Amino acid sequence: MSKFNKKRGKSSPAISTASLPDIIFMLLFFFMVVTVLRDTELKVQVNTPFATELTKLEKKSLVNFLYIGKPNPEFQDLYGSKPRLQLGDKFSSVADIPLFLEKHKVKVPEAQRDAITSSLKVDGKVTMGIVQDVKTELRKSGQQKVNYSAKRKESF
Amino acid sequence: MAKTSLRDRISNEINAGSMADIAFLLLIFFLVTTTIEEDEGILVRLPPWSEEEPETQKLRERNVFSVLVNASNQLLVRGEVTNVASLKQRAKEFIRNPQAREDLAESPGKAIVSLKNDRGTSYETYISVYNELQAAYNELRNEEAMRRFGKQYENLSSDQRQVVRNTIPMILSEAEPTAFGEEN
Repeated sequence: MSKFNKKRGKSSPAISTASLPDIIFMLLFFFMVVTVLRDTELKVQVNTPFATELTKLEKKSLVNFLYIGKPNPEFQDLYGSKPRLQLGDKFSSVADIPLFLEKHKVKVPEAQRDAITSSLKVDGKVTMGIVQDVKTELRKSGQQKVNYSAKRKESF
Repeated sequence: MAKTSLRDRISNEINAGSMADIAFLLLIFFLVTTTIEEDEGILVRLPPWSEEEPETQKLRERNVFSVLVNASNQLLVRGEVTNVASLKQRAKEFIRNPQAREDLAESPGKAIVSLKNDRGTSYETYISVYNELQAAYNELRNEEAMRRFGKQYENLSSDQRQVVRNTIPMILSEAEPTAFGEEN
């Protein structure tokens, strides 16, 4: 009995906490890596085509995104498989575009409003009909700067 | 007794000094390997909307480079069936007209590219056609910039760019598509 007590008392109980910050950092990194920075959830399938003559979209705050593509499989029961327009995070019709543009516009300082660009993220398989309707509506709303989103194709 | 205390002391002191280095290595690894997705695309300026019918301008046929894309994604350039691969070369030749041919544009400033598609044309084809036309103009502007200023177009000052743009303006007119082959 006495021998047992003696042994416990001798070992120092302090555990080194020097590595605790590192563990926390590791957790931080884990979440940094796993997090996807995307503000809108895509409800349509968009696989943009390839192109070479690309311009970068400079200021994210001056860009609004319009997605066109087939609804994801889980929405096809409700919305069918015909290509649809998605504004923000919901399915929309072409008639909703002016309000969508206006909502984005009020968030932008007045001096920069001319620089607002609409980025059209359109699936390559979509036919031009719906794209044309969207383009016409953008023109009617006075939104002339448009960027056809595309992936970079290496030219040889 | 002395032996036990020595063993205890050793097992309690693990050197934690290298932990920070490991964490930094991880951080640097992810910093290097992460690619932040960039949004890129073809920038276009749509024409302003007007309710009235646009007045029809009489254009000389030699100045118009008409590109028609049908619902089965076939190309008709100036009345000839063509493919996307040769479109850029043809457009460049038309705009520049180096041999001053009678049937090509009088000058780059007068050249008009007219693009018309069906509602059934796939977006992929439309973008590749648009991309080729844009590429033709970009290359011509680059050549003009090299000839005048000895620099690539993108390295020019804004005044110099304006000069090049005035020499080779990009006039691309898009007609209302014909309602054909619409997906239902």
